[in-house]
Amino acid sequence: MGNGVKKFMYVNRRAPYGTIYALEGLEVVLIGAAFDQDVCMAFVDDGVFQLQKGQDTAESNMKNFSPTYRALGDYDVNKLYVEKESLEQRGMSEDDLLALTYEDEDDDYKEKPSIRIVNREELADLMEQQDIILNY
Amino acid sequence: MKFGILVNEGPYQHQASDTAFNFTKAALDKGHEIVRVFFYHDGVNNGTRLTTPPQDDRNIVNRWGELAKEYELDLVVCVAAAQRRGIVDADEAKRHGKDADNIAEGFHISGLGQLIEMGIKADRVMAFGD
Repeated sequence: MGNGVKKFMYVNRRAPYGTIYALEGLEVVLIGAAFDQDVCMAFVDDGVFQLQKGQDTAESNMKNFSPTYRALGDYDVNKLYVEKESLEQRGMSEDDLLALTYEDEDDDYKEKPSIRIVNREELADLMEQQDIILNY
Repeated sequence: MKFGILVNEGPYQHQASDTAFNFTKAALDKGHEIVRVFFYHDGVNNGTRLTTPPQDDRNIVNRWGELAKEYELDLVVCVAAAQRRGIVDADEAKRHGKDADNIAEGFHISGLGQLIEMGIKADRVMAFGD
């Protein structure tokens, strides 16, 4: 492969707090956005909790970094695949997730949702299409 | 083939750094190219020269440094992850008013962009550690 555009997928499979993987994973995505690659994110297993709305970390003295996900759209990171089965196993639905959006510059800057719910099979197909998968 | 190596765990507690080292060495022995070895998360702890393992055990830090010297490998420790965990080179020590640095020979501290660039340049990125 040359130095052209590659497909990067960042797979988030851990809860937002408890370990630093989610936070440091997000840092990679934000820095990586400057490289103009074809980027998407996947949220599976406890990783779906990263996108849960109404996070309150005051009691645990952890830094609540969930507002940072709202910035992803401005960084052209607008394909956030959330696995349906992982949501269901945790008694969650799309309504429990942050309403993340981006402005589609190819469609008169119309505001569109970044989160796409996909099932396990669809996610496997998406993974198959990637050049690089980084796991957090 | 061009490999990029990502090390996500520190030395000793997990075998990830050992396995990454063995893979890197084997790949080089077979004539493959290592674009870069990038240390992230607790993997940055592979880059402190203050590590002092028992004498009858392997020295994971020095081993990486020696391999880097032999093959002119680019061993990069992520700056953001390093700052959190107290891995510091002379420049970083000065910038943050620290009284010491601890980066091991052969390693250097740089940004996360180096990880993405490694992904772009390499044919395969191999990640070691959770």
